[in-house]
Amino acid sequence: MFKILNLSNIFYWIEKLIGFINSVFFILLLVALSFALIFSPPDYLQGDSVRIMYVHVPSAWIGLASFSSISILSIAHFIFKIKNIRLITKSIAPIGLMFTCLALVTGSIWGQPTWGTWWVWDARITSMFILALFYVGFISTHKLIANENKANKISSIIAIIGLINIPIIKYSVDWWNTLHQPASIKLIGESSIHSSMLMPLLLMFFVFILYCALIFLMKYKTEIIKIKKKNIKRI
Amino acid sequence: MLPKKVKKRASLLALMLLLSVIGIFFILQSLNKNILYFKSPTDIKNNQNINFDKKIRVGGMVKKNSLIIKEEEIKFVITDFNNELNISFSGTVPNLFSEEKGVVAEGKLQDKTFFIADRILAKHDENYMPPELKDMMKQNAK
Repeated sequence: MFKILNLSNIFYWIEKLIGFINSVFFILLLVALSFALIFSPPDYLQGDSVRIMYVHVPSAWIGLASFSSISILSIAHFIFKIKNIRLITKSIAPIGLMFTCLALVTGSIWGQPTWGTWWVWDARITSMFILALFYVGFISTHKLIANENKANKISSIIAIIGLINIPIIKYSVDWWNTLHQPASIKLIGESSIHSSMLMPLLLMFFVFILYCALIFLMKYKTEIIKIKKKNIKRI
Repeated sequence: MLPKKVKKRASLLALMLLLSVIGIFFILQSLNKNILYFKSPTDIKNNQNINFDKKIRVGGMVKKNSLIIKEEEIKFVITDFNNELNISFSGTVPNLFSEEKGVVAEGKLQDKTFFIADRILAKHDENYMPPELKDMMKQNAK
């Protein structure tokens, strides 16, 4: 059973997956972008600036999802000490940071024409900013601390503490008065976004996920190569 | 069965998480007033000791038919559907500022019903739809 988890086997599947995603990614990106930028209607109130949503919202989702998965994997690593998990969390973190920053930047660009300000310290935006800081902390422990075991331990603790921030981000708009509007898409119940705009949004989300998978697999591949170079047969 | 070491680590972790969740809950509870980005007109009415020299933010809906635009000042009433607050402002307003839309004003209270703003931010709601649909909805409402 553990043969599947052998690094050489993983490497083989990574190569195959990267090839597959590369073959469909650009076509899907073109389709999604043309729906988001051309075919979807402008908003009744905001006009064309609503199109920033098609980048902003998926980025924020991915930023949150990446950190949640890093945290959960870190918990698993803390308990079961499976070394492979470290490689995975290390490979997810940079993408998560990139998309969190993208959400903050696009949010800022969107805020200027709609709210009339680039930046405010309301609960949603501040908690998202803290998420970016957690990512920076997580990534920099691996760069700054030479001792691998120590770095793993500290970054695990950062990831686990950061997990508490995730529900705070999600519910900040419901718990407190914020300038940021509440969620349009709800897990339960009807979403308050028209289907002609929801469809491109979900399409963009799907494309962003493919992009994440691509970058993740490439990063994971490099980590495996690093280990192979050290000539370690088992991790 | 799981090894003893694994169990020990799991319970240690669970305890750590529980303690930090409780800790953060209390921190947020005590910060609750500061986390609120703006106060509603009801908050201001109920608040006994207001510092009139301090800059605060108030927010609510711009009341229908309350917007008066003069040469050097804009006057309007914000409401949270229970209480109201008169606001005076001179300057440029964001694009989305209009009647029956959310707004956040930054400035100083003069008394409990009058507020002079030096910055206006528009708050928009979570509804997105194409303009044709909005027109249809308006016609149906008539």
